Amino acid sequence: MELYITEISKYVIALLMALYAYESFAVFRFQEEERRGGIYTRQNFLMLSIHFSCFMAICFETGEISYLFFYIFQQIVLFATAVLFHMIYPRANRLVINNMCMLLSIGFVILTRLSYERAVKQFVIVAVSIAAAMLIPFFIRKMKFLKNLTWVYALVGIAALAVVLILGAYTYGSKISYSIGGITFQPSEFVKIIFVFFVASALHESSTFFEVFTTAVVAGIHVVILVVSRDLGSALIFFVVYVLMVFVATKNPLYLLAGTIGGSGAAVIAYQAFSHVQVRVQAWRDPWSEIDSAGYQITQSLFAIGSGGWFGMGLFEGTPDSIPFVEADFIFSAVAEELGIIFAMCLILVCISCFIMFMDISIKLKDSFYRLVAFGLGVTYIFQVFLTIGGGSKFIPLTGVTLPLISYGGSSVFTTVIMFSIIEGLCMVKQDEEKEERYVAKKRAKAGRKEKTGKKEKDVKKEKTQKKENSRMADRKIKDWNESEEE
Amino acid sequence: MKKNRQSEQKKKNMPIMTVTYLFVAVFLGMMVYICHYSATHKQELINNSYNGRQQMLTAKNVRGTIYADNGEILAQTVMDEDGKEKRNYPYGNLFSHAVGYATHGRAGVEALGNYYLIHSNSPLSEKVANDMAGEKYLGDDVHTTLDVKLQEVADHALGVYRGAIIVSEPSSGKILAMVSKPDYDPNMIEEIWDDLVEDKESGILLNRATQGLYPPGSTFKIITALEYIRENPDTYQSYGFQCAGSFSDGADRINCYHGQSHGSVDFTRAFAKSCNASFADMGLKLDKSKFQDTLDDLLFNQELPMEISYNKSRIDVSEESTNGDMMQIAIGQGTTGMTPVHLNMITNAIANDGTLMKPYIISSVENSTGSVIKQFSPSAYKKIISEQEAAVLTDLMQDVVEEGTARKLKGVSYTAAGKTGSAEYNKVKGDSHAWFTGFAPVENPQISVTVIIEGAGSGGDFAVPIAKRIFDAYFNEE
Repeated sequence: MELYITEISKYVIALLMALYAYESFAVFRFQEEERRGGIYTRQNFLMLSIHFSCFMAICFETGEISYLFFYIFQQIVLFATAVLFHMIYPRANRLVINNMCMLLSIGFVILTRLSYERAVKQFVIVAVSIAAAMLIPFFIRKMKFLKNLTWVYALVGIAALAVVLILGAYTYGSKISYSIGGITFQPSEFVKIIFVFFVASALHESSTFFEVFTTAVVAGIHVVILVVSRDLGSALIFFVVYVLMVFVATKNPLYLLAGTIGGSGAAVIAYQAFSHVQVRVQAWRDPWSEIDSAGYQITQSLFAIGSGGWFGMGLFEGTPDSIPFVEADFIFSAVAEELGIIFAMCLILVCISCFIMFMDISIKLKDSFYRLVAFGLGVTYIFQVFLTIGGGSKFIPLTGVTLPLISYGGSSVFTTVIMFSIIEGLCMVKQDEEKEERYVAKKRAKAGRKEKTGKKEKDVKKEKTQKKENSRMADRKIKDWNESEEE
Repeated sequence: MKKNRQSEQKKKNMPIMTVTYLFVAVFLGMMVYICHYSATHKQELINNSYNGRQQMLTAKNVRGTIYADNGEILAQTVMDEDGKEKRNYPYGNLFSHAVGYATHGRAGVEALGNYYLIHSNSPLSEKVANDMAGEKYLGDDVHTTLDVKLQEVADHALGVYRGAIIVSEPSSGKILAMVSKPDYDPNMIEEIWDDLVEDKESGILLNRATQGLYPPGSTFKIITALEYIRENPDTYQSYGFQCAGSFSDGADRINCYHGQSHGSVDFTRAFAKSCNASFADMGLKLDKSKFQDTLDDLLFNQELPMEISYNKSRIDVSEESTNGDMMQIAIGQGTTGMTPVHLNMITNAIANDGTLMKPYIISSVENSTGSVIKQFSPSAYKKIISEQEAAVLTDLMQDVVEEGTARKLKGVSYTAAGKTGSAEYNKVKGDSHAWFTGFAPVENPQISVTVIIEGAGSGGDFAVPIAKRIFDAYFNEE
């Protein structure tokens, strides 16, 4: 009997996940959030079903009913998140929040399977993070001074990283964490957000060579500290995020080229200077010849990915725990083994869906600071996903970073939840901008008809960007733009 | 105005769009890679001894049964007195190399089909019944192309000699029999393992049919002749040589077998009589670069298109090869090393109008209720020689039987074609391995046989009679 349920649930779970992934792209067919309502409701339903099916499978497979209680708590928190967020911020983007909950629920399922104790710990951290995240969009919207804190960000970021380097504890060859009062922090996770804010605030007004150069120095300090701490994955993320943000701020492909060349050069130097880099690269090129030592993790990860097949072994049916650090760096391999390749591919698609939505929000933002923040956070997110999945599947060398929202790790999941809520905040900033433009357009149109050029307070901001145009042209433009938005 | 605004907007968004497309493209590439990797490396990954999932699967499923082509059981899992699982091989030594063993690592079909044997595709209802009864699931069964009768004949024919025999079907690549001696009793593998591993001398665990590298001797003249024909398509038939029992170039000298002089020989007769002197002469006339291409086509120094574990044949022809080297190479001596299975594959290609079929030994995988899970059908590797060349070589090989060194195959109810070899492996004493490779019937080849007997003597005297017994058994010749 149990066998029927666990076997059938494998196919059901894969199918539901495929439908969810489909819906997370179907969203992009509509430009207005209002028309996506049906999709979001279906997503919520699918999310509940997947989560439920997975826990049913876990209960039947293990014969332990106690998992059900944990499941109920999880379901309450995730469902409340999706619903409450929508209630508090009716105009926030629901895809972002749905995908976040979906990914969190996959994380709960797979962590419960790997280690009940850790799953509970993770659950508590997620609940706290979500509570904090509920406030973030409000602050993002109100705290206009955030764009002026350039050097505060730089100092805080560097200080946080430096503290770890000096005082932190070595865990498995890397100095990445620091304990205060029994709680272990991994500052490089939080600094990712601060760093994006730093680059955005430094480059949002003007991005001449001078600004690029000074930010490059600060970015360089971040990267060097991380390399010395042997946190290569984070170092790479900071570097790539910096280069891409400069590219977007300057719109100059030459910076992209320079970044690529510089990055390659740095990679070669790092390869020659650090033995641990050589070990990683060697283990990537031929893990099989060092299966006992450097290649052990990656080969065990490949065993897991290769053994699941399209529909997976089923929860508690595989042996993903044979991979060292499976719950953090190799969680994707565990998902692929037990829930199958189809599920794992859909998981990647959901991550891509988040990224595309981030980019979409970024493009629609007028204010270049917010625009850069949205872009920077999106790249931080997707590049980290790329590093961990690519590393675990031998697509690229292993760097040992977490899969955001799914991997075990308090700092990681907290940071990512905050990141997602910042994006929600930006989404509301975007709507404020749009509303403001419509308002201005209306005023202008009225003023234009009366042939008056009375300045309203709110127009002053617009004036900045459209100084040289006469008011008639300006409101024509805004009207046009609004029309093109609606097309 | 509107256009202007839009294009400005586009320009502003260009970097973000670029980055978005870039990431999406990279991710799509990565997804294709992961799907492809997991689908194509499934077996290899499971079979890796560092993969703990094997133990998990063996704990869950009873290792499946291995069958011969006619349904005889070649390997099965039984319970011993203590209720422990034990692998049982009803034919004892007979299939030791072909079927192999499954403890202390794996070999033969036990290795090749391991993935299927340890997985269970039993119907769900069956599994539920197993669960209820507290039994393990039944693993899938592997059906092979092996023919018990031919295997027995080949095994008896080789007798106490060391060596190998491989029998296959040229039109499909099916391996019908594979014998390698010395052999062992796989039922006793636990008890004899330590001795087998310690005994470096005799290499009992080596499957000589696929892993043994031997000097091909005169059987290599098939390849030399092919190359000579390729380079001299219009004139090879007018080739003539006056054999006085040896051929010299400077200080290098090649003797015919036992110094026999063949007198005036043409191309066909040189091949049929296996005249070393004339082939050494031809060897010097070959274009080394073209010869290299032909050797590449014929899979020398290359991976063979088959799953069974093997060694690559090696040969060293380059622009730097000296005349002395070329003379040795032309008659299959010197540093050249070839596996019996490779020679058998070339023989099969000649018999099959030039198309090499991939050799295979597992014909299907069935679940415990007999439903086919996976069917292996014959598949062509490629045409390694032209149809015309195959026809010419067949004629040459038929003459070897009719009036050459394999006359012991003459005058039977079927027609055979082949080539003998007596590969010297000990310069001083002149000891030689006896080779034969050939197929029958010539008109419509159904079976090919490759035989090597270590240190027996001449191929015509020792290898041909063994091949004949196998052909006779196949064609029911009394």
